[in-house]
Amino acid sequence: MKGENGHPADVPAAQDQDRSAGDSRVESSPAVIGRRLRKVDGLQKATGQARYTDDLRLPRMLHCKILRSLHAHARIKRIDFTRCLAHPGVLEVLQGSEMPARYGIIPWTQDEQALAADKARFIGDEIAAVAAVDELAAEEALELIDVDWELLPALIDPEQALREQAVKIHDGSKQGNISKRVQLEFGPVDEAIARSAAVAEESFHYAGSTHAAIEPHCALAHYDAGGNLTVWSSTQIPHYVHRELSRVLGLDPTRVRVIQPFLGGAFGGKSDPFALELVVAKLSIKTGRPVKCLYTREEVFWSHRGRHPMQMHFKVGLSKGGKIEAVDSKILIDGGAYSSYGLVTAYYAGQLLTGPYHFGSYRFDSTRVFTNKPPCGPKRGHGSVQPRFAFEVALDMAAEKLGLDPIEVRRRNFIGEQVKTINGQTITSNGFLHCLEVVEKASGWKERKGKLPVGQGLGVAGSMYITGTAYPIYPNEMPQSGIQVKLDRSGKVTIYSGASDIGQGTNSVPAYLLAEELGCDPRDCVVVVSDTDLTPVDLGAYSSRGTFMVGTACVEAGRKLWALLAQAVGEKWGIAPDAVDGRLGTVFGPAADQRMSFREAVQLAEAKFGTLCAAGSYRTQKLGGDYRGGTIGASPAYSFTAHVVEVEVDRETGIWRVERVWAAHDCGRALNPTLVEGQIEGSVYMGWAEAAMEEMAYLPSGLHRGPSLLDYRIPTSLDTPEIESFIVESVDPNGPHGAKEAGEGPLHPVIPAIANAIYDAVGVRLTELPFHPGRLLRLLRAKH
Amino acid sequence: MRERPAKVVVRLEVNGDRHQLAVEPRTTLLEALRYELGLTGSKQGCDKGDCGACTVLVDGRPVLSCLTLAIEAEGRRITTIEGLAKGGKVHPVQDAFDLSGALQCGFCQPGMMLSAAALLERTPKPTRREIKEALSGNLCRCTGYKQIIDAVELASAQRALPERDERPTTGASREG
Repeated sequence: MKGENGHPADVPAAQDQDRSAGDSRVESSPAVIGRRLRKVDGLQKATGQARYTDDLRLPRMLHCKILRSLHAHARIKRIDFTRCLAHPGVLEVLQGSEMPARYGIIPWTQDEQALAADKARFIGDEIAAVAAVDELAAEEALELIDVDWELLPALIDPEQALREQAVKIHDGSKQGNISKRVQLEFGPVDEAIARSAAVAEESFHYAGSTHAAIEPHCALAHYDAGGNLTVWSSTQIPHYVHRELSRVLGLDPTRVRVIQPFLGGAFGGKSDPFALELVVAKLSIKTGRPVKCLYTREEVFWSHRGRHPMQMHFKVGLSKGGKIEAVDSKILIDGGAYSSYGLVTAYYAGQLLTGPYHFGSYRFDSTRVFTNKPPCGPKRGHGSVQPRFAFEVALDMAAEKLGLDPIEVRRRNFIGEQVKTINGQTITSNGFLHCLEVVEKASGWKERKGKLPVGQGLGVAGSMYITGTAYPIYPNEMPQSGIQVKLDRSGKVTIYSGASDIGQGTNSVPAYLLAEELGCDPRDCVVVVSDTDLTPVDLGAYSSRGTFMVGTACVEAGRKLWALLAQAVGEKWGIAPDAVDGRLGTVFGPAADQRMSFREAVQLAEAKFGTLCAAGSYRTQKLGGDYRGGTIGASPAYSFTAHVVEVEVDRETGIWRVERVWAAHDCGRALNPTLVEGQIEGSVYMGWAEAAMEEMAYLPSGLHRGPSLLDYRIPTSLDTPEIESFIVESVDPNGPHGAKEAGEGPLHPVIPAIANAIYDAVGVRLTELPFHPGRLLRLLRAKH
Repeated sequence: MRERPAKVVVRLEVNGDRHQLAVEPRTTLLEALRYELGLTGSKQGCDKGDCGACTVLVDGRPVLSCLTLAIEAEGRRITTIEGLAKGGKVHPVQDAFDLSGALQCGFCQPGMMLSAAALLERTPKPTRREIKEALSGNLCRCTGYKQIIDAVELASAQRALPERDERPTTGASREG
């Protein structure tokens, strides 16, 4: 079945009242935005046609395997490849001294080498690599690499690493094994604590968890005869991988091309440059043949970069009226063996806590230490999920002392819209009160809270999260996102976007926004993505920046092109350009006979102006506090979330179950509600899983207890609780059509809301994650 | 290479096509599908039977192809995600997954959709509980499962409709 423009007729015609004569373009209701449209690549994924990195094969391709350290901390005295090179099928080997340049995502803390040249810093650290004709030969050859080790004392426990002065994991650390320390104070905290009517003081522990995306990391490199390197990688940061490949390999960046094929989940776990990308590139240069490396599931656990374990001590002081007078925290962060994003983590552990509530005073002291374990990094809700858990529980504890309802205390401390936080961040739109109201009503809070039978309980928590970082990771004045759009005289719109779709839908967002701006049918938009040769720079899928920044660039490019179309069409009809409107493939004027197809409009404009193309950018805004570190945590917009969780606890066994989660999230404007709900539900699931079962657990030797999806349990469809998601639209003044983030914020409140609900159910406070039934049972027994 | 056993010939019927392949006896069905036949829609997430991304249908039943040797599938009827669409029309499960937002990263979904299609063959009107049980061997890390379960319910309802020229849909589709 074909519609007017030769398309399946499943975009309903625009309603007449939507485009009554005389309405300006801005006032008319959106044709595409806010609709539950399919993703541009959904059917490719549905049919198995979407090609992920390991689905790619090139002629003469070699397979690479990486040798990993079996020691948590050991100096490499010598690597002997003699036996390995004699193994049939082996073509090339590689060791760290051949690629000594240190790299890392943060320019000031580059402490990684693709293959460690001097020493291994955790069990699983990359030491050497082999390229062979097939995967099995490469794997066999790894066993034939002889390494002479000098074992060093390993630091596994972060407290021990903090105290230790004689053993240093990184020789370059200025102070012991400290990766980063941040101390900031806003207002006189001690005085405010002293005058508080109620103070809660408690220690909390977050055990550490990992992303466990279902697609393991994979990279394929081809260094061609012309000296051009192409790397296909399962990365969420093609631009930074491009930079690091060029720098570490000593290749001119014009000779390097990075392509991100379809990506099978990331959650922050693919936002560092990884050893495999550099190793396959180097091996391809050495052999002149394409080289692929696919990590095993076990290697994905070693590569990690997941959520940091944090030991947190919190004090929260409330006034008699329930106002937050003071928040004081001291946090020890277990960073693992390398810096990764750790500098930012140390800041985020404090900087992102200052909403949605007004703080009278605030102090945090966070220290990230190196330990001989797989490096931690950013996992969905980077740096702030752990302190949010601690704070939201401590807030409940203090409110209880005043006899205040947990929702009421959160409402009373609402920071408001268009305000500055105590640490100097600018909040624009803020739908938090609406979020609270929605979950209060949906959960029947007023009628049920405090009236449920023993063993059942309700808990609430709120949160705030960034919509992108205000500043790029490496300081520069260039745009953080770019979009290029080409109009073809067929009516096809080709959009070039460097953004990384990791499942959240940034391949589709440009099609929705351009279709809205140009009045074309979204199905006529083709989106070319994530290829550093073809697409303008986008910094990557991290810090929930995609929709806001890419979207802003799309709107700019779309409006430039629409101006040309409107001028050409207006001229033909003898009307002003702003009297011309377009919607879903039809361009029209105020009179009934003023109608033409989008295709005709493009042809008129092309005849008048020549080839039609335009670009849009998202440029860095000057934001943040005026102090050292004040720009970290600065964001052009903040999202807000409130959750209510209902639990049931078996007091005999300590087994607890979430009956339902009501999650309301202020995403500014839902460009596609189906995709936003997917982000909310996925976030709730992931946070709940961290509360219920997930833990990166190690033996005292530093060996992971179970680097598999059987031992590191992640939830199945049977485990996952019922989730009700609610979209709250505060319409941000700066976001594209008002949009803010939805991918990370909604994870934050789940964990504390569960802890608060369990307290409501059985009267014990869980302060250590995960909330294993054994842990809860011990507390229950201690209470009675 | 260590002494490797000689390759053996295995006859596979995949999505209705008959193939003769020479594979090492150790070759898994997943490896044969992906690397010998180029049917890369079946995914490898763990290679040890924990995640379900490699699920294919063998004689209509969901099977973990990473734990199945290719030679075990000799003479069996294998359906991969590439074979679920028929005559240029996607299966109701595929359409419903797309419409419901169930395809975030999409990596686990070929296996998930095959498990769902097999469920609807044996239980055309499953309850949500039955859907959860049928999909519990397929791990998804993106969705929290809700939109997936919604999609299977939608597919179940769509399958019950009489065959029509125009399928009612609520969103814009796009040719890949």
